[in-house]
This record gives sequence, structure tokens and C-alpha cells, in this order.
Amino acid sequence: MSVAIEAQNLTKQFQGQTGQSTIALNGISVVVQHGSITGLVGPDGAGKTTLLRLMAGLLQPTIGNIRVLGMEPFKDGDQLRIDIGYMPQKFGLYEDLSVIENLNLYADLRNVLGTERERLFAQLLAFTDLARFTKRYAGKLSGGMKQKLGLACTLLGTPKILLLDEPGVGVDPISRRELWRMVRELAGGGMTVLWSTSYLDEAELCDSVCLMSQGQIVANDTPSAIKSIMQGRCLHITNIGGNRRNVLMRALQAPEVIDGVIQGANVRLVTSIAGQHPNLASLNAGHASKLVETEPRLEDTFISLLGGAQYAESALAATIPDVVLPSSVDPNSVIEARQLTKKFGDFTATDCVSFSVKKGEIFGLLGPNGAGKSTTFKMKCGLLKPTSGQALVMGIDLKKSPSEARQRLGYMAQKFSLYGQLSVKNNLIFFSGIYGLTGDRQKNKIQQMIDVFALGPFLDMYSGQLPLGIKQRLALACAMMHNPELLFLDEPTSGVDPIARREFWSHINGLANKGVTIMVTTHFMDEAEYCDRIALVYRGRLIALGTPDDLKKSVISNDNPNPTMEDAFIKLVKGADDE
Amino acid sequence: MSKEFSIRRLRALCKKEMFQIVRDPSSIMIAFILPVILLFMMGYAINLDTSVIRVGILVQDNGSSAQNFVRTLQASPTIDLHPILAQEDLLAEMSNKKLRGAIVIQNDFSTKLLQGNGEGAVQVITDGAEPNTANFVTAYINGIWQSWRMAEKMEKGVVQTTPIDVRIRSWYNPSTISRNFLIPGTIAIVLTVIGAMLTSMVVAREWERGTMEALLATPITKLELLLSKTIPYYILSLVAMFLCLIVAVTIMDVPFRGSLMVLWATSTLFLGCALGLGLFLSTATRSQFNAASITLIAGFLPSMIMGGIVFEIQSMSGALKLITLIIPARYYANSLQTIFQTGSVPSILWTNAMALTLLMVFWLALTAKKTKRTLE
Repeated sequence: MSVAIEAQNLTKQFQGQTGQSTIALNGISVVVQHGSITGLVGPDGAGKTTLLRLMAGLLQPTIGNIRVLGMEPFKDGDQLRIDIGYMPQKFGLYEDLSVIENLNLYADLRNVLGTERERLFAQLLAFTDLARFTKRYAGKLSGGMKQKLGLACTLLGTPKILLLDEPGVGVDPISRRELWRMVRELAGGGMTVLWSTSYLDEAELCDSVCLMSQGQIVANDTPSAIKSIMQGRCLHITNIGGNRRNVLMRALQAPEVIDGVIQGANVRLVTSIAGQHPNLASLNAGHASKLVETEPRLEDTFISLLGGAQYAESALAATIPDVVLPSSVDPNSVIEARQLTKKFGDFTATDCVSFSVKKGEIFGLLGPNGAGKSTTFKMKCGLLKPTSGQALVMGIDLKKSPSEARQRLGYMAQKFSLYGQLSVKNNLIFFSGIYGLTGDRQKNKIQQMIDVFALGPFLDMYSGQLPLGIKQRLALACAMMHNPELLFLDEPTSGVDPIARREFWSHINGLANKGVTIMVTTHFMDEAEYCDRIALVYRGRLIALGTPDDLKKSVISNDNPNPTMEDAFIKLVKGADDE
Repeated sequence: MSKEFSIRRLRALCKKEMFQIVRDPSSIMIAFILPVILLFMMGYAINLDTSVIRVGILVQDNGSSAQNFVRTLQASPTIDLHPILAQEDLLAEMSNKKLRGAIVIQNDFSTKLLQGNGEGAVQVITDGAEPNTANFVTAYINGIWQSWRMAEKMEKGVVQTTPIDVRIRSWYNPSTISRNFLIPGTIAIVLTVIGAMLTSMVVAREWERGTMEALLATPITKLELLLSKTIPYYILSLVAMFLCLIVAVTIMDVPFRGSLMVLWATSTLFLGCALGLGLFLSTATRSQFNAASITLIAGFLPSMIMGGIVFEIQSMSGALKLITLIIPARYYANSLQTIFQTGSVPSILWTNAMALTLLMVFWLALTAKKTKRTLE
């Protein structure tokens, strides 16, 4: 194998409008081999996009140099652009052009002509399975199909190097798996692929991985080599008697534990040294409980390299009283959907969905893009009116008295709906104000939130300029101002780094223990594992409902005796397709 | 190899742009519906002509001279006279804006007329809240009064020789219909809207939707990119302009005395300015909202107010007059008014063309400088 891309001491600095500068890449060096798939992995703001743009010749390095196929991308851009296929975020498609018009445009721009074009179109349309949709506007395609079309447009002209910027973002596991199959096939043909992602599980499939954090590469090797340093440091606590969330909290207080998550009925721990196990008895996990070693994951290394994530107790949960429901509310159905249906014209987005959520339960709503989970979710928090059926929270019909119900619930939206032009402090004041807090109560609550989420240093910054992890803290603070008994979270951790996600879930676990009922939607399969129960929605219908372990068990087969949450998701959705 | 300009790539980009124009209802709105609405607004709703004005009259003198004067007033085509019986009614109707002015013939009208020159015999009340109308009313009534006095004197045998016999003939717009003057100006506004506003959003849209990044990663050249954003909107603007011309001439009866070739040539120069401004803002802001707002403030409003379309530049103050020098619409509107009403006055058209060329070069050069082949 020979070298396709080589960067040395590469630094990229951006000048901000107000004079301050930010360092997007800080002296990185990396080598990418021909014909391999390299994953650029890290949270938003790690420098992935900047690195790809430098490779594509769209940006000029501040210090250091980069060579792609032996050329300098910024200087030799005209020459190099023929050999590079670059797919930016959002895929670079024209939504008001049809599939074939998009292909024609990019073919013309990339000098793909005549019989060569015909041959390539036939091949790509078959490859992406888009032949049936050539006349459809790109804007009308599903997320997965858009992504495939974006890839097809990028592949015109048969580039030697393929740069993909977060092709998997906002796309469900099924489409992601399909895309992965396509890219793997391309790399088999000798193409060099760079794939940026914030999903660590996605990166495990790459030939080699660059783990990135804050403009630096913290690890660069094959996934198995990166994982191997964690060998013997990953444990499952199985057969837990009692509350697994409390077990996790106690385990994270043990000095040898650096990270821990809920995984279905089990708790998964990472220790600082191989072979060093926490004392099971002190964890109070029940006498049947056992410690079992398990395979390391890429995320374990990442968190270990970033210094661990020991978020044991939630300071947020400590500030709120135990939830006491009014006697009129049935603790077994704090949130209830009764034959919930929503139609947009003749399209049924949600079709007769029923479920009820217990007090203190974490209830997950999962499903592919466009399956109706957002619609269901929005009806449950009173943002959409059902066409028929009922959405009840705490026994109150959202259709009849939405404002009364809304006073009881906290809502944290996708992308954190904060006011970007307001300072952190003003956001806190505004949100506490709209929830009816005044005077000393308001002042105290705001101070409490500042302490709990360590927002002190950021108070005067515009919330739009905050790092994503801090934004997430602020959004949770704003949603919890009025001590709601219910919390609705819509993809609360998209793009946030794993450490911040651990911190976030420690709060959610703590709140659940206090009796706050939580409903959450997510695309992260590992986050689904935190849920007590999961409702899987597909084509507007509820196709599965149960604990994470129930769902996993339901798809056990001889081929796959130990399915993951993602396996379960894919198999259940495909099963519903066959019906 | 990709440094060379490619007609094929340019054609592909223009085709794409055309698809987007045709499929976007808002661009059709701006290009074809809005111009027609603007034309009708400027042609019919805004009227700078003197029209019939409702004026009240309160007669407190019953003498024959007073009645004679009232009859003269009634005979005037510009005044719609409404008899008022009491002072209070007059006040009420004035404050209701039912009357634009009032004439009071006081009870000493005949006396004053006999005694002196008739000074102070008639009181005219106008609504100072609308100064334009107030001026009209005063001037009209004054005129009627003067001619009535003259007729009166002649009847009585007093021969008065008028030193000058004024006969007014308006050249170029003989019937002085303000529409004939406003409509050509409106075409300048329409082209500002399409040329600058529509174009101001197209580059920004590509940035916002992330397609610009994908385009920059293909082998296109800067010139291809710029031309692909100019040519389709140039054609669209010309189509809209001819649509306006047809509507103006056929439906609104505005005379067109010039040559189509001259119209086309002048419009091309002006569109160079408008497209340049739009593209520059779009490239500089990279946000559709900002680009559109700035074009509105920096392009549309100055053209409308200071382009000599509604308000005459001659009557502006010195500093304002200087500012109008850099507003392309000023030259274009002037040329349009000339082409429509006069036909061809080479000295005017050439001067305007020179100014437009300079402004066009300025804006296009600025855009070319601001447009980058990379994200830097």
C-alpha cells in the first residue's frame, strides 16, 4: 500500500468577526493509505469538517502542510478536483431538481460525457437502487435516499479519493448500514475513503480510525488496536436485583471505575486498570449479581483517553423534591396514548398508537426517519393536535387543557431551542419567567441551575456561541426550571461528545430515580439501552414495545445468538416490511 | 486542464438555474406578478394629477354678486362644490375629512366688493394636514376668484388689458398625465427588484443549503460560476421588462416613442448594475435574509425615492442630489422616460449610458473580487 494523503503539523485557525480567533485544527499529523476506509471520529467541533475541507482544497492551512496524491490541495486545486469526490454535510443536492437532473448536472460539471456517462449512470442507479426514482425531486426523497443520491453525485467522474462529511448524520441505522455496504464495495475497488462521523459504533467498521477531540488526533490506528488497550477493563454487572440505576451510581463512585452506562438490564463499567474489579458487594447489586468481562468498544478507549467520565450523582436531581403525584393520577399511566392518530392530508403519520408510561420510567421512542416518531412525540407534549385518539399526561387531555398540562412538563428540543442572541443568563431568566417564576423564587432557582450545571464562567456569553456540551446543559437547565413531573427529550444528545453525553444521562437517571417520568427519542442505539422500555415506531405504527432486552431477545436466531440493539432495530423494521 | 473555461459546464449550470427559477413559485411571483402589480399601483393608485376636489361652501351673503360667484365656482370642472348651511357643519365635515377645503362667503361680501377691491371678502379654509391638497385648493380658488373678478369688471365696462396672454402647451406629455411619466420609472423599479433582489438571494441560497460547497469541489471555474448566476437572471429580467412594456402600452395606453434596440441596450447596462449589486450582497452576506433586507434598503428604496421616479431630482436638496449620482436607477429611469415620451435624445441617452457603464463595471468588479474559488 502507498500513501494517499499525508498531513504534517497541520494547523488551521479561523479569525472570528469580533477579532478573537479559534483553532479548529491544532498541529495534527496523519497518514492515509491508498484503498482504505479511514474514519474521522469525534464530536461536533472536533475539527473533522475542517480537516476534510483542507483535503478538498477548500481551505488553506494556517501552519503545516498537507499532500493529497502528492499535490497541495489548496494550490493545485484545479488539478486535484478531478481526482477528489467531496460530499459535504447535507449532501450538496439541489432539492428542486430531480434525481436525474442532479446527476446530469454533476456529470456535466465533472466532465463525464457520452457513453461513459450512460455506463456510469446505469451502474450508479443500480448500485444505489435509485433507478425507480429518477424523476422524483431530491427534496422529496427520504433521508437515506438523499444520502445515496449525494454519494452517487460525488462518485461521478470516478474519483480516486472520496471525502464524506458525516454521511450518517440524521439517518437511521438501516440506511446507515446500506451506505456502509456501498462504501465498503468502493474501497474494495481501490478507492481511498475518508468518512467523518460522531457515531463511534459506526467507526468500528473502518480499516483505520482517527479519534479526534478539540482539534487534535487523540488516537490513530486500526479499530482493533485502539480497542485492545482496553482489554480486560470492560465489565458487565449481570443479574442485578433492585434498581440498576442506583447500582450504576454506586459503581461510578468506586475509584477504579472510570466510566459506566446502563445496558438494558445490565450495567456496563470500564475500569482504569485491567483486572482491577470494583467490589461487587459494595455495589449492593443483589446477591445473584455477577461481574463478567466483556469486549471493549471504541468508545471505551475514547472516554479513557479523554480522562474518564465519572458522573455518579446528579446535582440536578439533588435539587428537586421527590415527585408526589396527585391522588387522582394513576402512577402506572402518567403518560398515556390512546389510539393516537395523526393524518396530514391523506398521509397517516401516526396510526392508532397506544401505550402508557409509568411514574419514574424512562421511555424511549425509536424508529427510522419519517416513521412517525416525531409526530407521536409532538402530540404527546401538546405541540400537535391528534386527528383522533387521545394524548393524556397526568390524566389531563392535551386537546382539552393544553396549558395546564404543559405546566407539568419540561421539553428539550432537538438542537436545543435556545435564544442564540441572548446571553446564558438571559436565557435562564427568560425561561424561568415563562414558567411563572418570579422574585426570590426565580433568583434562587437560577442561581441553583448555575451551580448545578457549572454555568458560572459562561453567564455573559451568547448562547449561540457556546460549545455544544454547554449548550446542552443550558437547555436542560431551562427545561427543568419549574420542577416538572414529566420531561420530554427530543434527540437530546445529537452531535455532543461522549463525556457530555455521560453527564447528561447521569442527570436523567437521577431525575428518574426521583420519580420524574421521562420520554426520549434518539438515533443512538446505546442511548436506547438506558430506557426502561422502548416503543419502536415504523410507518406510523407501533411495531414493538418492551424492555431493551425483550426487543433484543425477540430477534435471537442461530445466525445471531447475541444480537445488539441495532440488530434488533433492523430486524424488527425489516420484519414489519415483510408483513 | 480545468482551468479553461467550459461552455458545457456553463450551460449545465445555467440550465440548473433555469429549472430552479421555473420551479420556485416565489421567483415567478417576483418576476411576473409583482411587476404587474407595481405597474398598476404606480399607474392608477399613485396620481400626481390635479383631480376633482370636494369643497364645501357656506354662503352668508344673499346678494346677487355672491350668487353669481357661487355659480362660477359651480361651473369649475376641478371643484366639487357642497353647500353647507351652518358654521358647525363645516367644522364637522372638515374634521371628518369629507371636505378637502371650504369657502366662506361672509355677510359683508357685497359691501367689501363695492367698497374696495373685494379684499377679505372670501375666506378659504384648507386642511393643512395634507399640504399638497391644501395648496391645490388655494390655487384653484384663487384662480377662479381672479377670473371672476375680471369678468365682473368687464361686465361693468371697466376695460382691463391683460399684459400677457398665457397659453400652456406641455411638450412630450401634452395632456400632462402623470402615468406616462411614472410608468417608465416603474420599469426601473421592477428591474431593480428582479435584478438585485432575486439575484441577491441565489448565491446565499447555495451557501445556506450547502450546495455551494459541493459546487466548489467540482472543476468549475470562477467565471463559469459568476456567469451562471448572471445570464439566467438577465434573461428573466428582460422578459419581465418586455412584459411591463406590453402591459404599459396596450392596457395603460402609455405612449412608447423610442426604439426597442435602444431600450434593450440601456436595460442591459442597468441590469449589469442591478445584478452586480445583488450578487455582491449575496456573496458577501451568504444569508438569504440579510441579502434580501440589504438589497431592499440599499437598492430598492433609494431607487424608488431618489431615482427621480416619483420625486423629481431637480427639487431635491444639494446633498441629496449628490447622492442620487451613484444610484443607477436615476440614469435608467431618465433614459426610460426619454425613450417612452420623446423617442430619442442622443445627448441624454449617451450621458446616462456612460454613467451606467461606470456603475456596472464597479459592481461587477467588486463581485468578481469578492467571489472566491474556495471557502477561505
